[in-house]
Amino acid sequence: MKLKQLSVFLENKPGRLSQPCKALAEAGINILTLCLADTEQFGILRLMVKEWEKAKSILEQSGCVVNVSDVLAIEIPDRPGGLDSILSMLEPNAINIEYMYAFTLKRGNNAVLIARIEDADRAIKILHQKGVTILNSTTFHTLNLV
Amino acid sequence: MNESPIHPDSYADFLCPDELQRIQLYRLQVIVQSAYDHVPLIRQRMDERGLKPQHIKSLADTAKLPFMQKTDLRDTYPYGLFARPMKDVVRLHASSGTTGKPIVVGYTRDDMKVWSSVMARTFCACGLSEHDVVQNAFGYGLFTGGLGAHYGAEALGATVIPISGGNTERQIMVMQDFGVTAICSTPSYFLHLIEAIEAVGTGFKDLKLKIGVFGAEPWTDGMRAHIEDRIHIKAYDIYGLTEIIGPGVATECALQSGLHVFEDHFLMEIVDPKTSQILPDGEEGELVLTTLSKQAIPMIRYRTHDITSIIPERCACGRSIRRINRISHRSDDMMIIRGVNVFPSQIEAALLKVEKSLPHYQIVLSRREGLDQLEVQVEVTGDMFRDRVSALEQLQKKFSHAIEHVLGLRAQVRLVEPQSIARSQGKAKRVIDLRKEGATP
Repeated sequence: MKLKQLSVFLENKPGRLSQPCKALAEAGINILTLCLADTEQFGILRLMVKEWEKAKSILEQSGCVVNVSDVLAIEIPDRPGGLDSILSMLEPNAINIEYMYAFTLKRGNNAVLIARIEDADRAIKILHQKGVTILNSTTFHTLNLV
Repeated sequence: MNESPIHPDSYADFLCPDELQRIQLYRLQVIVQSAYDHVPLIRQRMDERGLKPQHIKSLADTAKLPFMQKTDLRDTYPYGLFARPMKDVVRLHASSGTTGKPIVVGYTRDDMKVWSSVMARTFCACGLSEHDVVQNAFGYGLFTGGLGAHYGAEALGATVIPISGGNTERQIMVMQDFGVTAICSTPSYFLHLIEAIEAVGTGFKDLKLKIGVFGAEPWTDGMRAHIEDRIHIKAYDIYGLTEIIGPGVATECALQSGLHVFEDHFLMEIVDPKTSQILPDGEEGELVLTTLSKQAIPMIRYRTHDITSIIPERCACGRSIRRINRISHRSDDMMIIRGVNVFPSQIEAALLKVEKSLPHYQIVLSRREGLDQLEVQVEVTGDMFRDRVSALEQLQKKFSHAIEHVLGLRAQVRLVEPQSIARSQGKAKRVIDLRKEGATP
């Protein structure tokens, strides 16, 4: 249920983002989705890719420092209130979402929310009970290939 | 003939060289005997060389004596080098050491008199007298600067305001309201004060300030020009170190052309920092000092690691005690940041407290608004990297707390990408000092 997300440390300087992207591009690795968190001094590039192990070693070879963390890919209805419906399932259970980012699909009426959750196992349980779809890696990786 | 009056406190500055050397020899023989009798470390080192105190028959025999290092004070912490029992010691001071433990120095009642006297002579040479109102903005406490300057100014008969460092607003108020004519501080703090005075818009016109006595950290002629230009005072450089006595080892005179060493109390040599061979006057090398009259801790041939040269010519001010050039740099990696002695190894130790394996790091020193800024850049490793911003910010905080704990100085920690710190032959250059000449505040 849990997917692997890669994070890359970047200094907050012009041009820093292109190095990891270029390394992945040269290796023919497609970025499914990404999110960039930044502070005044540094940034964290978070990436979802299909072959995360290969991508990790390519990034590391190119001089990046890479962290692997577990995230959930949660399917949400692509309509007003779609995100809220998910959040309102987690909040009453005091489940803390550390960060999240979303993308919509090329087809269909759903969006996918990538969420980094402190207590992922409990979140999975709760979301399943409510009938929410959490994508496994096979489903997730074929999504954008449609 | 120079007919300007000599302050009686300063008479020893004008001794004829022959008299001076005979006083030096007398005191050297006494201090070596005392060190041999009461300091096991010195006795052992002299014995190893088959050297007895009675072998010191001339000043040239100083060269036979073993050197002392800062590590000697650290290794014998706290009282191992004391030559007098604690009942005779009336004062302790301390400065930061290389491992977080400070070095401790002591003074007998006579040592305090000598210290007051050399500081009074310092102020005399800088043109102060009993008519001056002195704002002493050196820090009071374990640091020797505050109390050293305090006792010296009092001994001279000046009016001392023991305001200590910090609290810039109050400093400005006191300077204006109390009719301050002279100030003692680190040069960087004074630059900060100037900025603050300019910022409040009161200007310098109403100030009576005419003399600044600055020390405890290296500064440049460029900074002096900057200060004298902006606030129209005379800015003097003084030199001293805790291990020897604190401030009061050497001072500039009105001519601001080198620092007169109080040779009747401190015997100076310049040695090659690598070979330890004594260098002739005028050649640049490491300053080595012997305390000729210090009872509590006799320091014999102490390696200061400060690089300078002796100016053999007699100064036009008339003083016969010789001058050294302003300290240009050091022979070891010690940095002086806001008056605090800092070794890169201390910062390394602090980083290691947070991370088990030492990350690549670089220390960047700069000056902002006259104040030294310490930035430590740390290369992020896979072990410490997390995907959450809060985790990284917490890591930065942990690093800077650890450094502050060891040094007592606030450090800005910046996380940088792997391999971003330039390396030469695989080794990172540890310190980048942007405070040097030309780096105007």
